[in-house]
Amino acid sequence: MLALVPTPLSATDELAHRLLEGMVRIRLIEEAIATRYASQQMRCPVHLSIGQEAASVGVCAALRHTDQVMSGHRSHAHYLAKGGNLRTMIAELYGRETGCCKGRGGSMHLVDLDAGFVGAVPIVGSTIPIATGLAFADRLLKRDRLTVAFLGEAATEEGVFHESANFASLHRLPIVYVCENNLYSVYSPLEVRQPAHREVYEMAAGHGIRARQVDGNDPLAVYDLMRESVAFARSGEGPVFLELKTYRWREHCGPGFDNHIGYRTEAEYLAWKARDAVAATEKRLRDAGTYQAERLDRFNGRVQAELDRAFAEAMRAPFPHASTLMDHVYAPSSNS
Amino acid sequence: MSRQLTYAEAIREGFAVAMERDPRVMLMGLGVPDPKGFFGTTIDLHKQFGPDRVMDMPCAENGMTGVVLGAALNGLRPVINHQRLDFALLAMDPMCTQAAKWNYMFGGVMKMPVVFRMILGRGWGQGPQHSQCLHSWFAHIPGLKVVMPTTPHDAKGLLIAAIEDDNPVVFLEHRWLHHIKGEVPAGHYTVPIGPARIARSGADVTIVAFSYMVLEALEAAEKLAALGVDAEVIDARSLRPFDREAVIASVKKTGRLVVADTGWAAAGMSAEVLAIATESAFTSLKSAPRRVCFPDCPTPTGPSLAAEYYPRAGHIVAAVRETLAWAPQADDWLVPVGVELDKPNPAFTGPF
Repeated sequence: MLALVPTPLSATDELAHRLLEGMVRIRLIEEAIATRYASQQMRCPVHLSIGQEAASVGVCAALRHTDQVMSGHRSHAHYLAKGGNLRTMIAELYGRETGCCKGRGGSMHLVDLDAGFVGAVPIVGSTIPIATGLAFADRLLKRDRLTVAFLGEAATEEGVFHESANFASLHRLPIVYVCENNLYSVYSPLEVRQPAHREVYEMAAGHGIRARQVDGNDPLAVYDLMRESVAFARSGEGPVFLELKTYRWREHCGPGFDNHIGYRTEAEYLAWKARDAVAATEKRLRDAGTYQAERLDRFNGRVQAELDRAFAEAMRAPFPHASTLMDHVYAPSSNS
Repeated sequence: MSRQLTYAEAIREGFAVAMERDPRVMLMGLGVPDPKGFFGTTIDLHKQFGPDRVMDMPCAENGMTGVVLGAALNGLRPVINHQRLDFALLAMDPMCTQAAKWNYMFGGVMKMPVVFRMILGRGWGQGPQHSQCLHSWFAHIPGLKVVMPTTPHDAKGLLIAAIEDDNPVVFLEHRWLHHIKGEVPAGHYTVPIGPARIARSGADVTIVAFSYMVLEALEAAEKLAALGVDAEVIDARSLRPFDREAVIASVKKTGRLVVADTGWAAAGMSAEVLAIATESAFTSLKSAPRRVCFPDCPTPTGPSLAAEYYPRAGHIVAAVRETLAWAPQADDWLVPVGVELDKPNPAFTGPF
């Protein structure tokens, strides 16, 4: 049988394939977590990113490996898109010694310094000033590095968001604040939290920050805007704030769905699901006649094998020993 | 002739030594480079080390504390300064929920070398919101270190130790110590975080005192000596880690314990010291321990009420009498002629 030699893709189509692969990988991993959560062995809250993959993938595709990222409670997609280690992430969800936090953190405290993922914490908004401080130190130490702070729209209601934005604007720090507006803070809709006549990104503009809004379910649009924003922030022009409009499909916390409990409608959910970034990107490529079905099939197979391995390894890995309970309360050395 | 500096001068010298030694050390805080220089403790440091290392900041305690945490993660060794502890309370999340847990919750992959420096106000109408002594809150949190130096020597040595520590350290300074003079060696030295200081050796009663109350305890010890009571005074300069062994050893020797704290009694460090003594030296105790703390109400502003509020050496003497089962003496509470209780020293004329 003759091997089919694919026609070389245009740069845009190649990028679309890569972004699609990135989104598919995150979705497969998140779905695997959802499926296996029922076995009660991932004994920590999980906040799944399904539905919001385009934001993470589009943003991180515009970053360098050495750039830094921080995030909040819903951080799996950010971690994975930045190149965070899948095996140590899954092991952490299982509370194992081999986890990225050695079983001390769980889903809400991912970290992978080798990938520039400096950490995620579940107190809403708390990593915004810390990420701002990363950029501040880079500025003082004259490093050519950019920081991204991922946040949800509810974090813009926290005082620290405004305190950080003010400081970043004052010192023109190399940071991009990426706000995924998914309309809900747990079950509290945006309309009970922010005035209807004001767009979220306009608040950042009020701090003198370059602020833009984009469809967070369009990975190419996110990527294009992010590339431009990264170039701006990196050049010393000052921070950038991006509002990415998107929607979480699953329940706020946990593996299931929560449309039935009455805080949002099934119709709203279905309308957003119809705007699925994975399906839309695939369709865009099919319509253009450049979709590489075989490549994507192979990619899916590789991801499936990768995640099966990660889960199997995690479940075989040892739990941290009781004798290590008090380890890491303090850093061991002083005067380094 | 020993080298005498005030406590405020010792703090300033500690900053200068630490910054000369390590270019990663930087100071931030509202008013740090201003002409008054934080009660003289940071005066003109910005001229020596530049505005990037001695920085003013927006009036945003919470956000800016988060910023210094990020700066610490990326290689700086920041000290964030608050003119009163009460303002730092706006930053409890970054201090207690973020910094204190950072090393632990990420499995030890990052260090958090940051100092949270706060000044405890007293007198001249500081009132309910400029004089809270909440050191016990911080001492409650695993992952923080907490120090409250009393002498100029310890102020400089513990400040440098705090800056050089790879963990978050809460550094608490009582406003009424700034003018106190004492011997301070020149150059670099550290006082290790942890050990208490035996400020006075004695055989009959242990007085454990915190921060400014060490001065009152030493004055009380003099009065007690005149009564034939030999008091040991322990300067509990490190709250976390706390020197349990120093307290236990002293109580085993003296059999009597009084704790003098510059703060409230309930659920505070004074209760912790009593717990340590009763858990670990119970059979040595000859009488019930006593505490000398603030009355259980907010600090009043006006001078007549404030005078009632703050315990003095005489209150410590009275507490020691109780541990000896001696009758109370009204003289203990007499205010010496000419002493104004809302001023740290006769030269003080306000405003804060």
